[in-house]
Amino acid sequence: MNERRIAALVGLAVLLALPFVTPAYFLHLLIQVLLWGFIYTAWSLMGRFGLVSLGHGAFMGIGAYVPAQLWNYFDVTPWVGIPLGIVLSALLGLIIGYPCFRLRVVGHYFALVTLALGQVVLLSIVAARDITGGSLGMTPRSIGHSWYALQFPDKIYFYAIALLVWLLGLFVWRWIDRGIGREALEAISDDEEAAAAIGIDVTREKLRVTIVSAALTALGGALFGQYLMYLNPDTVSGIGVSLQIVFAAIAGGMYTMLGPTVGALLTIALTEGLRVWFGANFVGAANTIYGILLILFVIFMPRGILGWLEVARRPGASAPAPAK
Amino acid sequence: MDLFLLEAAINGLLLAGVLALLTLGLNLIFGVIDVVWIAYADLVMCGMYAVYWLFAVFGWPLPLAFAVSVVGVALLGGLVHLLIIAPILGSPPINQLLATGGLLYFLQSFATLLFTTDFRNIGVRLPVIEIGGIYVSYSRLLAFGVALTGAIALYVFLKRTYVGTAIRAIAQDREIIGLMGVDQRRVYLMTSGIGGALAGLGACLLALQYDVHPFIGNTFGPLIFMICVLGGLGNMIGGFIAAFIISQIIAIGGYYFSTELSYVLAFILFILLMFIRPQGIIGR
Repeated sequence: MNERRIAALVGLAVLLALPFVTPAYFLHLLIQVLLWGFIYTAWSLMGRFGLVSLGHGAFMGIGAYVPAQLWNYFDVTPWVGIPLGIVLSALLGLIIGYPCFRLRVVGHYFALVTLALGQVVLLSIVAARDITGGSLGMTPRSIGHSWYALQFPDKIYFYAIALLVWLLGLFVWRWIDRGIGREALEAISDDEEAAAAIGIDVTREKLRVTIVSAALTALGGALFGQYLMYLNPDTVSGIGVSLQIVFAAIAGGMYTMLGPTVGALLTIALTEGLRVWFGANFVGAANTIYGILLILFVIFMPRGILGWLEVARRPGASAPAPAK
Repeated sequence: MDLFLLEAAINGLLLAGVLALLTLGLNLIFGVIDVVWIAYADLVMCGMYAVYWLFAVFGWPLPLAFAVSVVGVALLGGLVHLLIIAPILGSPPINQLLATGGLLYFLQSFATLLFTTDFRNIGVRLPVIEIGGIYVSYSRLLAFGVALTGAIALYVFLKRTYVGTAIRAIAQDREIIGLMGVDQRRVYLMTSGIGGALAGLGACLLALQYDVHPFIGNTFGPLIFMICVLGGLGNMIGGFIAAFIISQIIAIGGYYFSTELSYVLAFILFILLMFIRPQGIIGR
């Protein structure tokens, strides 16, 4: 246990020191790894308990578009806009989650409902093209370096923010992992009827983790918008993003705390590597390989890289036991 | 009654034919193998590219291009089953769904890589027919007719042939069928092939009406799932009825609001119906 704590401190120290020694390009990649790692972690909070959502793009889209719209049209600071987006997103999670869990919409039915939800948000953004710019996307009004507008041309600020929210994601993971909720949710994902029979409030437990996941995903989406200063319905919402989230989380390992982050590292390294290798004219190469890898992962390594490593390290361990 | 509204409704009806055909294919796979092929609409995309290349680029006659595309996508369907679904038949359903999600990603990106994101049209312009002030495009009428014929052909095949009977039997009880001397693996492969063929047929009909691009599957893929689930999984007649309901919502909603909003309406209706009647609109 002590060994683990030391490793965590060393890791944190490295992360704190990195921006001072890496060139801007790598800093840009690191910010993306941390922000995506955060979003993937948020997704895995549900995914690890069998709540596979194919609609997290919906939460990300709301989180990104609400503050940007408020800022552009009403001069409302993102400090108000982002929490509002988070609240709306959590509310949406509640509206969809409550009937789903109450009426026992599970497995691939749940996946299909969330898929439809993602489409609803995506198409609503496109349909409101007069204010959102439709599929052409939109740019939040830029005013240079400003805490009020949460805009920082200097990347180091966003690195600090990304690092903070990423740690927040891990903290939430820990919190759910340590609490009574985890055991309840594990029981539910094993056998819902049995869990209900021993007195677990199935709807409440599932709802809690769904709302937390939706809220964190919205925060991630909002920060992406603030960082990139460009929003496009296809890149922050829709099936493409939703599947990307699912893929990365599975590849890294959604049952392990650091798994989703490893997934982010892997996917971004892959994208950038292929871009450097083949050049920009090979659009789609990275996603082609993602697709193949996703299939291979699901077939051969459904617990992801970290999950697989854990099992490999302790050959006697029972497979379904969650890590740490 | 407003003439334009009537025209929208009729065009919706004609769209429903193709959607119903695709739903049949998906439903067959769903009902028999119990797997959700998230990438089903992307098989249609492959078929549309096949039609485009064979007909518009290589200059083959259209019927031949159609036939080869149908066979090609049927083979692709079989291949998908052998390579992706067969190894994970025993896994949780959600893993199977995700594996075909990977296929969706793969097919879309690979198509982008090969063909770029350009919109391509096979360049066949069939005439538009006017009946009492209502304009109906011939290609839609044709698509409707062929889709209906295809659906009836499938029905006869399932009812009258040995393989068809075996397929229906497996959909009813997959445990016992082995004891009846039916090779389950072969039936699965056949079913996937037939599902692929229906996707190929749908592709030919859609290629007449729409431009093909790598992401065309995203526009109607989620729609087909919705219809399939609304109709009740494995329930072919339900799927047919659901196809007509959904396409009417889209056509008439598109007339009153905009295309996107009519889709939003359809998806919201789907979510609500999943809560009210998860067994499908005409399910037990």
